[in-house]
Amino acid sequence: MSGPAVRPAPAGHVPTVVTGVGVAAPNGLGTEEYWRNVLEGRSGITEMTRFDASGYPFKLAGQITGFVAEDHLPARLLPQTDVSTRLALATADWALADAAVEPGDGENYDMGVITSNATGGFEFTHREFHKLWDQGPSYVSVYESFAWFYAVNTGQISIRNGLRGPGAALVGEQAGGLDALGHACRTVREGTGLVISGGVDSALDPWGYLSQFAGGLVSAESDPRRAYLPFDAAAGGYVPGEGGAVLVVESAEAAERRGAPRIYGEIAGYAAAFDPPPGSDRPPALRHTAEQAIARAGLRPGDIDVVFADAAGVPRLDLAEAQAISGLFGPGAVPVTAPKALTGRLYAGGGPLDVVTALLSIRDGVIPPTAHTSDVPGSYGIDLVVGEPRALPVSTALVVARGRHGFNAAVVVRAWTN
Amino acid sequence: MESSARGRRVVMTGMGVRTPGGAGTKEFWDLLTSGRTATRRISFFDASPFRSQVAAEAAFDPVAEGLTPRQIRRMDRATQFAVACTRDAVADSGLDFDALDPYRVGVSLGSAVASATSLEKEYLVMSDAGRNWLVDPAYLSPHMFDYLSPGAMPAEVAWTVGAQGPVTMVSDGCTSGIDAVGHAVRLIREGSADIMIAGATDTPISPIVVACFDAIKASTPRNDDPEHASRPFDRTRDGFVLAEGAAVFVLEEYEAARARGAHIYAELGASATRCNAHHMTGLTRHGREMAEAIRNAFDDARADATDIDYVNAHGSGTQQNDRHETAAFKLALGSHAYRVPVSSIKSMVGHSLGAIGAIEIAACALAIEYDVVPPTANLHEPDPACDLDYVPLTARELPVRTVLTVGSGFGGFQSAMVLRAVA
Repeated sequence: MSGPAVRPAPAGHVPTVVTGVGVAAPNGLGTEEYWRNVLEGRSGITEMTRFDASGYPFKLAGQITGFVAEDHLPARLLPQTDVSTRLALATADWALADAAVEPGDGENYDMGVITSNATGGFEFTHREFHKLWDQGPSYVSVYESFAWFYAVNTGQISIRNGLRGPGAALVGEQAGGLDALGHACRTVREGTGLVISGGVDSALDPWGYLSQFAGGLVSAESDPRRAYLPFDAAAGGYVPGEGGAVLVVESAEAAERRGAPRIYGEIAGYAAAFDPPPGSDRPPALRHTAEQAIARAGLRPGDIDVVFADAAGVPRLDLAEAQAISGLFGPGAVPVTAPKALTGRLYAGGGPLDVVTALLSIRDGVIPPTAHTSDVPGSYGIDLVVGEPRALPVSTALVVARGRHGFNAAVVVRAWTN
Repeated sequence: MESSARGRRVVMTGMGVRTPGGAGTKEFWDLLTSGRTATRRISFFDASPFRSQVAAEAAFDPVAEGLTPRQIRRMDRATQFAVACTRDAVADSGLDFDALDPYRVGVSLGSAVASATSLEKEYLVMSDAGRNWLVDPAYLSPHMFDYLSPGAMPAEVAWTVGAQGPVTMVSDGCTSGIDAVGHAVRLIREGSADIMIAGATDTPISPIVVACFDAIKASTPRNDDPEHASRPFDRTRDGFVLAEGAAVFVLEEYEAARARGAHIYAELGASATRCNAHHMTGLTRHGREMAEAIRNAFDDARADATDIDYVNAHGSGTQQNDRHETAAFKLALGSHAYRVPVSSIKSMVGHSLGAIGAIEIAACALAIEYDVVPPTANLHEPDPACDLDYVPLTARELPVRTVLTVGSGFGGFQSAMVLRAVA
């Protein structure tokens, strides 16, 4: 970017800020509805309604209800899009409207799209697999080639909004959404004025849903209030959900130059690292990842007001995360929370939604609780916010995410003060 | 966040390749420089119900590659390819990974359709050969999640070398390969890693993927002449040939590579990617977005159009692509577009979707290494709309110091990267 930096910073430093957000979550469509429901403890985890799961050993999911694609998207897009892409397109529309950004024109390479995606358009592709094998090759949709793959949301958001700048899709299971935001910041630093980023996932067709139970990390509990209890002594796995968030990331200078209506906050630091190979005696990489993100933000652990946890809901993973947090910050030294207990884990959507939630915490000075969890083992050494929201001035938040097999990512957001 | 600017220089010091027509780097280069093709009738399954029955399959034996039965059971074929390439690249680099700080080693792996082959295999088991919409939990594989969400692919590569830095999969459709390598270049430049394992893999020759491209007539129906079915820039071209393959590289910071006396294949620029914001599968006639990506790649590498000694084209062999790309070259390279040799190795090894961008980067690095430009096979009848020098049929010896490679993919992605010889 040319021109002077807008605040004292190292030479070449380009502050990246969030100027618009869009949310599609199991417990709320739209940012304010989601946020209200988070603070009021309303859960989006219910019995599976998309199909008859009575023959399945698992029955719960964080499902988005009340999203009528026809109300948000032109009819021609419906036959070519999976439910995850429809949600991503609508969420991107909301984020752009929130940021008061007009769609691009044919000569504009200054707006890009970088999303994360963990499962592609899976319900759509399940239907096409079924048609291929049940009826034959000629029944496969002409849209299957691009409704399925992991780049679908990036491509469709670019086309719908005329965004011709850099595009990318990153996959890193539940950590990938933060990787996308980190890459969006990198792309802005390299000179692109604005990047639409985040992630939205959904795989709640029978095949996608069942596949999420492979590996033994998902809860078999049938009571929606007991199924996903991050950091609770009774934790027994997580509940899969759908949805996520889209964020508009800009250089602070570009945002201020165009008179962006609001700045939710700065994405001040990002880092990613990977756990050691199975069987290694090296420690997990989560603490290192958080330390790196905080250092890159030019901060110290003591500057962090709240941690939005990955919250696997699996005892050994909760313990590892608690140890990373208490080791880095000191026992009980920082409030920790996991609003995702109300939505289930959203894969690529999870990290971006947590970042939006952190920005809303900063805006409103309140930390939402970890719903349903009540009995946190003392040995975890963390101050988990449970029960009621905790009113507290929040200026800086750490958001962490982990993905199966060893992905770790962390983002630091802070209040924007010009 | 810290500044990246252009930061540190990034070089390729190790290479591993698994492609149709040969088992490793030498066989790959022999095939390309001989102008032979590896496109054949599909043998993996009975392709007779499909419109396109041609593919470029790789001979790949996971046991001979040294993978354990457990690894073979859990890894998708594309992952097996990536791990085999990684081992080759590591050995080729001469780097002792055990002596490195694991947090300074990362992975950026590209793939377009990731574990498609395993998905289909498991689907048939769980759905009673496609009969049941409600798949049967009794047949749920313990690895099924890893095929649904392919994080296991870069994870297996990370485990191969003990990498604990940034690990990601870049999945930008058919530009995944260029973009994954470019992503790695950025991470080293900005200081997020010192060493990156970077590349791409795809093994999409399965019924569902063949059916996808059948449905939009993007792949060739030239079933009676499979060896000559991939015909980029030829007037009679009628679609691409689906392929499988992988290429993985060791990338490192230039000064460190020099200091340890490493063999350096080439210096890499970062990839530039632009979206055409036009259509999920269609391309513009004018090629402006690809031209913009190319100009951006030139800026990144501080190269001028006239520096380019060779252009590795996307050259998929669809009517639309080859015209689009030719227009983009003319926009971005001006009159130099008519002088510089341009070729498509897809004419020989087919189009392995997300992998091919990395395989083409391997070809570019080898072109620099050996001062030879691979040809475009099967180019007998030039298309009047494609009027550049596409190096028909026969490889050409010439000094190759600076190379441009490009890719174009579903979703509208247009990518470009410059590779340079290191003095």
